[in-house]
Amino acid sequence: MIRFERVSVRYEGTERPTLSGVDLTVPEGELVLLVGPSGVGKSTLLGTVSGLVPHFTGGLLSGRVTVGGRDTRTHKPRELADLVGTVGQDPLAHFVTDTVEDELAYGMESLGLAPDVMRRRVEETLDLLGLAELRDRPIATLSGGQRQRVAIGSVLTPHPKVLVLDEPTSALDPAAAEEVLAVLQRLVHDLGTTVLMAEHRLERVVQYADQVVLLPAPGAPPVMGPPAEVMRVSPVRPPVAELGLLAGWDPLPLSVRDARRGAGGLRERLADASPPEAASVPEPAAPPEASAMPGAPAPVVAARPRTGRFARLLGRGAVARAAPVADPVTRVDGLGVRRGRVEALRRVTLTVAPGETVALMGRNGAGKSTLLGALVGMIEPTAGSVRVGGLAPARTDPRAMVRRVGLVPQEPRDLLYADTVAAECAAADRDAGAAEGTCRALVSELLPGVGDDTHPRDLSEGQRLALALALVLTGRPPLLLLDEPTRGLDYAAKARLVGVLRGLAAEGHAIVLATHDVELAAELAHRVVILADGEVVADGPTGRVVVSSPAFAPQTAKILAPQEWLTVSQVRGALEAGA
Amino acid sequence: MTAAPAPASARPLRRALRAPAADRGNALPAGAWWLWALGLATAASRTTNPLVLGLLVGVAGYVVAARRTDAPWARSYGAFVKLGLFVVALRLVFSVFLGSSIPGSHTVFVLPELPLPDWAQGVRIGGRVTAEQLVFSLYDGMKLATLLICVGAANALANPARLLKSLPGALYEAGVAVVVAMTFAPNMVADVVRLRTARRLRGRPTGGVRAVAQIGLPVLEGALERSVAVAASMDARGYGRTARVPAAVRHTTNVLTLGGLLGVCAGTYGLLAAQGAVYGLPLLLAGLVAAMAGLRLGGRRSVRTRYRPDRWGVRAWLVAGSGAAVAAAMIRAGAVDPAAMRPGVVPLTAPVLPLWPAAAVLIGLLPALVAPLPPSDRAADRPVRRGKEQA
Repeated sequence: MIRFERVSVRYEGTERPTLSGVDLTVPEGELVLLVGPSGVGKSTLLGTVSGLVPHFTGGLLSGRVTVGGRDTRTHKPRELADLVGTVGQDPLAHFVTDTVEDELAYGMESLGLAPDVMRRRVEETLDLLGLAELRDRPIATLSGGQRQRVAIGSVLTPHPKVLVLDEPTSALDPAAAEEVLAVLQRLVHDLGTTVLMAEHRLERVVQYADQVVLLPAPGAPPVMGPPAEVMRVSPVRPPVAELGLLAGWDPLPLSVRDARRGAGGLRERLADASPPEAASVPEPAAPPEASAMPGAPAPVVAARPRTGRFARLLGRGAVARAAPVADPVTRVDGLGVRRGRVEALRRVTLTVAPGETVALMGRNGAGKSTLLGALVGMIEPTAGSVRVGGLAPARTDPRAMVRRVGLVPQEPRDLLYADTVAAECAAADRDAGAAEGTCRALVSELLPGVGDDTHPRDLSEGQRLALALALVLTGRPPLLLLDEPTRGLDYAAKARLVGVLRGLAAEGHAIVLATHDVELAAELAHRVVILADGEVVADGPTGRVVVSSPAFAPQTAKILAPQEWLTVSQVRGALEAGA
Repeated sequence: MTAAPAPASARPLRRALRAPAADRGNALPAGAWWLWALGLATAASRTTNPLVLGLLVGVAGYVVAARRTDAPWARSYGAFVKLGLFVVALRLVFSVFLGSSIPGSHTVFVLPELPLPDWAQGVRIGGRVTAEQLVFSLYDGMKLATLLICVGAANALANPARLLKSLPGALYEAGVAVVVAMTFAPNMVADVVRLRTARRLRGRPTGGVRAVAQIGLPVLEGALERSVAVAASMDARGYGRTARVPAAVRHTTNVLTLGGLLGVCAGTYGLLAAQGAVYGLPLLLAGLVAAMAGLRLGGRRSVRTRYRPDRWGVRAWLVAGSGAAVAAAMIRAGAVDPAAMRPGVVPLTAPVLPLWPAAAVLIGLLPALVAPLPPSDRAADRPVRRGKEQA
């Protein structure tokens, strides 16, 4: 269906080609998964199928890509529109109209299909993707999973033979991701659509793939084969395959079900060992207050409260001033936040001790980001109280808050204003009142090998996250918040992030991360808090909360249940100790 | 609900008369709402009677309250009302400070007058302020405000993007560009808000000129990136696909469109210039016909079809017709009873409500009865009320 013949792509201004020597054939009706570390040209390879590379992006394509017999060199993307459906990384950037039904019809309108055909296909697609309830809704009001499904539906209606998807589940919570994958599965099985998709979250998708194409390194030729074989040699692997390799299972299992069948022996070997109590919170005997940290400025006692004249008249400002005792524990008590009529958070109570890592989980829109926003002071509570280092974040001067709490937002790019990494660092030192070079030292530690003159925009997703993290850490905040930090990160970048965050927790930073990534939570968190509809529905040690939940359990826990192992590294440690 | 059962034949009739719940299939064409609103606006331009104007505003406001959706564009009504109030206030302020040509004898207060040189004769700053001139400006401002509110009502009731979709095929691509541009502005505002809050994370104050200056560049960059992404998506989904058209048709299209436009220009010039009115009108008409034919022929290049275009049904005619009826009645009333429609300012008289024109204005309420009822998300916020309806 799709043939790549000696394809290489080189963008202007780069010394080596992004892709080279790609010789592949994707057969009709298969679900082919494209894997590889960040920056190996996965998106570029996908772009060549729809013709957007090079017709839209520029660059030089040599060799030949044919889709259903049409050569992309001579056919522009619009002339392939009836054959190839493309959904990019951000579904919001994909939408042209403003309601669901119009969006589904848009592609067919452009192709000039007859009105009765359009009508029928829209209805079919609404049913196929379970969107019938949403047909009249403005797209702006949809949740992430719904948007992704509408985006897929909008390219399905012209009945393309090929579907190209770039990270369709990365931004979704586990349940929404399964929704989308079920739809893809159905397309492949029922309609015979050829699906080519790139995805970092292999634990979610690898079991559905018929073939896997691995791009091992930038410019290296791809390896294609059955998933189990490719996973053996791949630098990126889901936990289930990792565990399979560790236990020496053959064939390598790709789904939890396969792995459980073969896991009897491993469970026996592990029966004597017990999961390490890594999940215990370090003793709060040495509370790492801001002043105790090297290079940290003395705590700001007279924080200038950002209160109006009225509040001062009422004496509220005085309250903020009268609480200078730096309480190292972050306390959220009965917090409520309203947005218009919507209650985003209700009666949330939470304490985070120094050195503790807490993972906030829950579906998209459950209030995770709102809670982080309230902790950092971007959102004013409508009820209850938030105390970070003894201060109310929303009523304290941002310049004082920056040394108490730092947030790495979902889009790390929002934090970056300057043209170069060096300028960003200088600004961060000034903002946080830290000694010159503090930030640069952090960047070198987190992001080795990035030059001073690099433009933040040229960094990869993972590098940008590391830079934002360094900027936030410049103020040495005792409380560090991360919103969805693993979006778009490959396993290697994730492992580096885990290492950095573990080190910070050991130094005494309290860390709160909002994430959909159950593997990350299992790896890092001492405690997991699950939010639903703005309320806390579970709060407890990671092992207890996560193992019992079908949606939030990591693969290792599912495979080895009822034993409570959370990560492959725990199992590896236990096996080595036993050996 | 009905204690006395209606006769069997009346029940289906009553059911047919009740407005259905709005969905895609029975949505009123955007054009019908605009015709209704323009009818009200025409009516407003024909009177300065504050009572009639107030009635018109009331009618427009009631229909908006009864039939608007929760969509983002529906929230613009409030902005138009505020703009209208601002216009009234501005008109009064100008009248107070710059004086007015309205002669009057009831002095309200006297401002110190700024002496001006001879060449500025006829211009006055400060001086005597009379009740007559204030009342006149108030009436005038109210008229403008009512026009604005009528436009706001149309904007709130009809999705502006749908209005653009009814363009002829040849202009479709330009229409899409406009629609995409219209979504650009709200997205940019959202970006500004997000980046301003993100500044707080770096420990910088979120307000002030410097904050805006510093986030300006990232906002523009973000907006540009988004436009490129949308353009890529549109291209990949077949935007701009064209059918093969014979060269002869293409050339005819160009000749017709260009020639038509030239004809329109020349004809207009002929009409406006002192001499040449003889050939002006025919030339203008011929040019218009040629240009329309060119557009029509140009539409052949586009392979596009339309998905579920809005249908002009009875309800659409009723909505558009009610607006036209109000306009017609007001124009007639202006001819029959000018004194009531333009209450005297010199001497000051209290305006009276002319009975039958006022009744005619109420025809404008018809859409609140016949237009399909949009599903209300607001009902979901009031579980008590919903419960009552269920009971």
